[in-house]
Amino acid sequence: MKFSESWLREFVNPPLTTRELVDQFTMAGLEVDGFESVAGEFSDVIVGKISNVTSHPDADRLNVCRVHSGDSEFQVVCGAPNARSGMKAPFALPGAQLGDHKIKKIKLRGVESSGMLCSERELGISENHEGLMELPADAPVGENIRDYLKLDDSVIDLDLTPNRSDCLGLTGLARETGLINGLDVTFPDINNTRPTIEDTFPVELKDPEVCPRFVGRVIKNININAATPLWMQEKLRRCDVRSIDPVVDVTNYIMLELNHPMHAYDLDRLSEKIVVRLSETGEKITLLDGQEIELQENTVLITDASGPIGMGGVMGGLSTAVTRQSTDIFLECAFFSPLSIAGKARSYGMNTDAAHRFERGVDWQGQEAAIERATALLIDIAGGEPGPVIDTVSEEHLPAIPEVTLRSHRIALLLGVPIEDDLIDDILTRLGFSFTRSRTEDDTIWSVSAPSHRFDITIEEDLIEEISRVYGYNELPTRTPVTSLTMPEMPEGNIPLARICDQLVMRGYQEAITYSFVDPEVENLINPQSEPIGLTNPLSNEMSVMRTTLWSGLLKALIYNLNRQQSRVRIFESGLRFLHMHGKSDNLELGNIIQEKTIAGVACGSRHDENWSNDAQAIDFFDVKGDIESILALTGEVFDFHPGEHPALQRGQSAVIRKAGEVAGHAGLLNPGIQKMLDIRLPVYLFELRTEFLMTKLVTQVRPLSRFPGSRRDIAIVIDRDITASEVRQCIESAADDTLINLKLFDVYQGKGIDPNRKSLALGLTFRHQSRNLTDSEINDSVDRIIASLEADTGASLRN
Amino acid sequence: MKRTLLLPWLKKPHKRALPDIQSALSPVRFYPFMSDLADIIDSTLQAINAAENMAALDEIRVRQIGKKGQLTGLLRGLGKLPPEERPAAGAGINKARKTLEDAIATRRKILESSVLDEKLNADAIDVTLPGRNGEVGGLHPVTMVLQRMENFFKSVGYDVIEGPEIEDDYHNFEALNLPEHHPARAMHDTFYFNPNLLLRTHTSPVQVRTMESGTPPIRIICPGRCYRIDPPDPSHLPMFHQVEGLVIDHGVCFADLKGTVIQFLRVMFENQSLKVRFRPSYFPFTEPSAEVDMQCVKCLGEGCRICGQSGWLEVMGSGMVHPKVLEFSGIDPERYTGFAFGMGPDRLALLRYGVDDLRHFLDNDLNFLAQFR
Repeated sequence: MKFSESWLREFVNPPLTTRELVDQFTMAGLEVDGFESVAGEFSDVIVGKISNVTSHPDADRLNVCRVHSGDSEFQVVCGAPNARSGMKAPFALPGAQLGDHKIKKIKLRGVESSGMLCSERELGISENHEGLMELPADAPVGENIRDYLKLDDSVIDLDLTPNRSDCLGLTGLARETGLINGLDVTFPDINNTRPTIEDTFPVELKDPEVCPRFVGRVIKNININAATPLWMQEKLRRCDVRSIDPVVDVTNYIMLELNHPMHAYDLDRLSEKIVVRLSETGEKITLLDGQEIELQENTVLITDASGPIGMGGVMGGLSTAVTRQSTDIFLECAFFSPLSIAGKARSYGMNTDAAHRFERGVDWQGQEAAIERATALLIDIAGGEPGPVIDTVSEEHLPAIPEVTLRSHRIALLLGVPIEDDLIDDILTRLGFSFTRSRTEDDTIWSVSAPSHRFDITIEEDLIEEISRVYGYNELPTRTPVTSLTMPEMPEGNIPLARICDQLVMRGYQEAITYSFVDPEVENLINPQSEPIGLTNPLSNEMSVMRTTLWSGLLKALIYNLNRQQSRVRIFESGLRFLHMHGKSDNLELGNIIQEKTIAGVACGSRHDENWSNDAQAIDFFDVKGDIESILALTGEVFDFHPGEHPALQRGQSAVIRKAGEVAGHAGLLNPGIQKMLDIRLPVYLFELRTEFLMTKLVTQVRPLSRFPGSRRDIAIVIDRDITASEVRQCIESAADDTLINLKLFDVYQGKGIDPNRKSLALGLTFRHQSRNLTDSEINDSVDRIIASLEADTGASLRN
Repeated sequence: MKRTLLLPWLKKPHKRALPDIQSALSPVRFYPFMSDLADIIDSTLQAINAAENMAALDEIRVRQIGKKGQLTGLLRGLGKLPPEERPAAGAGINKARKTLEDAIATRRKILESSVLDEKLNADAIDVTLPGRNGEVGGLHPVTMVLQRMENFFKSVGYDVIEGPEIEDDYHNFEALNLPEHHPARAMHDTFYFNPNLLLRTHTSPVQVRTMESGTPPIRIICPGRCYRIDPPDPSHLPMFHQVEGLVIDHGVCFADLKGTVIQFLRVMFENQSLKVRFRPSYFPFTEPSAEVDMQCVKCLGEGCRICGQSGWLEVMGSGMVHPKVLEFSGIDPERYTGFAFGMGPDRLALLRYGVDDLRHFLDNDLNFLAQFR
């Protein structure tokens, strides 16, 4: 909300600079977005009158003007298209300073020019530079323009929190300023204007709970074409409101000054009577701004016999609007309950000053005064004959002022310091709250009623906030909370996520944070089996579905980096992925969404950073598998890698990772087709793990060490290519007894000398007994048993 | 284990070709006079000092004092001298032998150290070359700030609690005293899945869930991702992080809130005299509510571009938990009071690390991220 500082100072004028005033607002909880002077820096600019305009003899676009300054006359060469004889405009005298620019006597194309006629932009009043700033005909020639236009003023922009709707008007803001500075506030004099005619217009409140009060007045024979006085236009302009005609200007003025939105109807265009009611679905209205709206149910409507003529508390309708032809009007100042207006404008994609105020709450007692103030201002400008003020009201539906109990012990408890009773009295008085004070054995109790402009005072804590606010948050004590030194439970078997992340960092991975909402096309490409959960109001299509895998974001980050001259990338992310519990669900609810903690990574480029000692070998599956194993190893649990299929991964180079049969994650080479579609130039390896499988470990119970040495036997076997290492391992482990303490696969060979469908594995078997030396024959027996089992179960043969 | 190892020190040394020995010895004479002996010593000493390597030195040793060496020969030939001359000659030869032995030993040490030098020189490497496989990654700067925050609060007994990011209207708004159509909802431009399901706009729903399921005393912080409809620009992101804190117990008051917040900011920014101020504000879920400003960490209050010349930075919203919020979650506001605060680690990271644009945090440019270690 923008307002003019000098307007505020008409009501209360603390001895503060603009900066100090703004700081005071900030510290009082009225946040200031900014402030600026209403005009630029200049001096010696006065109201000038052009008495004569002739064309410049040597320049088509220039005129030579005679300008009166009151006591003398100047010849000024001027290029403004609107310069004309008789016009009044700001005139910078020779010697005047406009910002950095000094006005001197000069010759323009041979003609002498003394001083300068100014546009609004030249005075820093607005961006308008189309012509001279036109001053009213009654502007006193020779008067300093700063005084005449009251330009020693600033516009202050407040960003008020929703609870302080009382400060949306100048008088409310003045009340707050007076409270902070301990100054009295001079409110505008509001005198009732005696009706000169009997005319009224009937109003019926059909749904009084949404509109319990509607104050109206007929005014006839106004001159709609009268000019709004400059002082009012200037005030409106500085509050960001455009001057339109006297009726609209006055209603806006009242809204800004008293915080009462008003509306004026063309009396001749109203039929029969006004009925305020809630809308029914399908009703239509054309609003003041010309847009036609099909109404939802339960919108507050102002109607007459012709149908809807206004969206109550939001905007008036076009059919009964005041026009340049209007002479008789009907003024409205109503109270709409906040709940009936809340969110309504937004639901139609609108945001009006009226709705902004009504949904936060306006004083429900000031409507008559507002109508009176408006009448006086309007008649002053445009004449007219007022009828009586009619207050159509449903008292029982007006808000009740709650009586709030305030207890001194509660103040001390909540603020951490007792505050003297008399000081409380003083603060409540300054706030304009009425109260009674009583005493129990160990407590002082106030019974407080807030004035009707304070909608936000309903409970004791609201009052305590007001007291602490006036007392000063920064004056209140500060202390360090004290608590018992209870040791928290910290299970040793928990692995903190940070430990897992650190492990990946040590393996060279950089952590990334990517958006949780991703491009549905990428999702569909890499995880077509999972229908992603879609947003109804995304920022863009590329951010419109929730990720079902962290890969969608990580691949995007990978591409971003590859496109920026990176050739070796290792990144990981930890976060939630979002899945439907049962595939796609029409009835989306919290209970059927899986929000799963996941940790995932992508890797591409050389195995190690380019280095003098290596040959920049590209990574393969086993590099990434090693990274994964280094995390899995933290748990001490057994995980299996099985050949697996995943739509994002290349068949034959991807694995599903399981723990006790449950899927813990996937890893593998990005499907080359997808790689190509994503325009990635290098092979990419991916992994994704469900974090829950990584978060716990068994607390170690140590096995006794054997003091006997182990014996190693190496064997080489030849088996079919499609038999996996883990099948071989399982076969060996089931054939061996517990003297086999270590099994190493130290070579895999395919190629010359081996059947192309077979491969050779070299295995190192280490045997040891816990409590004695093993004999050669015992070891040989074990090896023989293992070989026999391999031959029988896997079709292996010993390689010679 | 019975694996035989060929230990390196058992390896036979390589045989090296011996260099030419330029003997500096004078011709052997059988019965030299004592003056000859002096010549022998002189010339041998010269030869010793000129020996370029161990082999040459050994050659001299063998030739002069070895079993068949010249001096050894002289000693053996003593018998041929008249008996009265023998003691003096013997002593002379022995002295000469001793002199040569000492000289050889000295020379040997010199040669040994130069052999070692040579070997060391030959084996020398360029230690300035980069090491192997030293690549290390790093955590995201926002994670670094989050971890720091968690550590501060954990160290004084707070629990760290997380919750779902897709939330229902009740937990995100209703239970926080933000009923439908509340004007404050306009401050939370919300992403929706359907009228009841949304992306949480703050981590407060985790507080609600904690209050619902637990009983005071409650001391928690809730870190996590939040979402609001804000197109990305230097100071806004549609996805950001929040850390909210909640303390509920008997007698918790505004002074505790102030003390906690001030301490946190001071340890976070490692400045024990950092100024912090509290301004009245409004949040539907706290009463009284306060906005927290800290002294600008860049200009220390002088006024700069970062703080918009004000000297202050808005870093946090806070307040005493609204009694309705306590009631909603089944906690009796007459028995318990509490405070809550919420802040943005993205913004704190921005201030702490001198980042000028929040969007860097989500671009994931390795040139940016790799600066954080």
